[in-house]
Amino acid sequence: MQQLIYFIQKYRYFLFFLLLAFVSLFFTINNTNFHKSKFISSANRITGGLYEKSSQFSEYLHLKKYNKELIIENTLLRNKLEQLLTSLDSTVNTLIIDSIKFKQKYQYTKAKIIKNEYHKPNNYLLINRGTQQGITTEMAVINSNGIVGIIDQSTTGYARVQSILNTSSRINARIKNNFYFGTLKWNGRDYNTVQLEDIPRQATIKIGDTIVTGGKSTIFPEGILIGTVKDIRNTNSFNAIDIQLFNDMSNIGYVYVVKNLDKLEINALENPVNE
Amino acid sequence: MNKRLHITFLFLSLLFLQVFVLNNILFLGYINPYLYIVFVIFYPLKENRFLFLFLSFLLGLSIDFFSDSGGINAFSLLFVAYIRLFFVRIFLKKTAQDYLLFELHAEPFGKVFNYVITLIVIHHFILFSLANFSTQNFSDVLVNTAYSSIFTAVLFFLGTYIIRMKK
Repeated sequence: MQQLIYFIQKYRYFLFFLLLAFVSLFFTINNTNFHKSKFISSANRITGGLYEKSSQFSEYLHLKKYNKELIIENTLLRNKLEQLLTSLDSTVNTLIIDSIKFKQKYQYTKAKIIKNEYHKPNNYLLINRGTQQGITTEMAVINSNGIVGIIDQSTTGYARVQSILNTSSRINARIKNNFYFGTLKWNGRDYNTVQLEDIPRQATIKIGDTIVTGGKSTIFPEGILIGTVKDIRNTNSFNAIDIQLFNDMSNIGYVYVVKNLDKLEINALENPVNE
Repeated sequence: MNKRLHITFLFLSLLFLQVFVLNNILFLGYINPYLYIVFVIFYPLKENRFLFLFLSFLLGLSIDFFSDSGGINAFSLLFVAYIRLFFVRIFLKKTAQDYLLFELHAEPFGKVFNYVITLIVIHHFILFSLANFSTQNFSDVLVNTAYSSIFTAVLFFLGTYIIRMKK
């Protein structure tokens, strides 16, 4: 007993150091796991509120760019609307929309990025929408230029987004003009390039091809823009492809959060409950 | 009492400086100064180290809360805080009797330079290794450590020089 007390007396600082070191390493290891990173997160009232305040200042610097993006997107949507209106014109063809059969698959919520980062191997963004606005985990985050990330966790007022610039992000993606699909990853280096892996070798890919989301997951709708092929490296049986992102991840302001209304139904089909 | 107020002020100002100003610098896209290590350099030397270790841990953890990085800042700052006395003994040749009268700016510049640079490099190396969390891209860790250490050191010496000049 005497020995033990003497030991603790002698090494008390080292033991205290070990205790705190253990706690911080525990947080670090937990943070690399998608479903466990609950403890240390900026999506709480204090840090979220402070980030919101600071983003209100810096927002003014980017207003010009946001306006330009909005105009471009509006033009695109107006053109699509015109096409739809002509095809629905009752004098050209008679089409009756049955309101019972009407079905909406995705729901969009607008949100503002209040904290952005892109220089670390594991990057997270923060948006000013939370469970109060119906934001829950595993929803897609996009903007008019393409994909941004996936909601990682949400509190009442804020939600944290796992950026595509995160070494643990995996997103289903395909080539726009055919249906070969692969997995989108990031190697943690350049914030303008991501990597598309597991594309079969027989797929014909040229530099400059457009890559879009594949729609094989319940998170992202199909056909959301990602980027263009920048470089193709041949390995054994699969191609590794570098993709230049359409989005400038260092400069994003307003985003849309996409909710898949069919998610529960699809998940129930994929993982049937055995009784 | 005055000293306690001073440390609280240092803690809060370093936290907000790091989170809202320095984390947004990103010189050349990835080089950031991590000036909050100044807390460990400026904290007065004392026999009893429990409060010092705990406050270092807490400062690192607060920065982790803001930057969604798990516990990497907490661990690296805690580690540097723990090994500080070892380097005080090696570079500045101070023992427990000298702690009360110790002032960093009264020491010769060469010694202070070695002491500060060593702490900064160790801190940054642990920080980037933990942020990377794998053996891949190890060259990036070294490059990041080197550039960010230079940036932090330049900011530190410029900052202390300017503050000294005013007085």
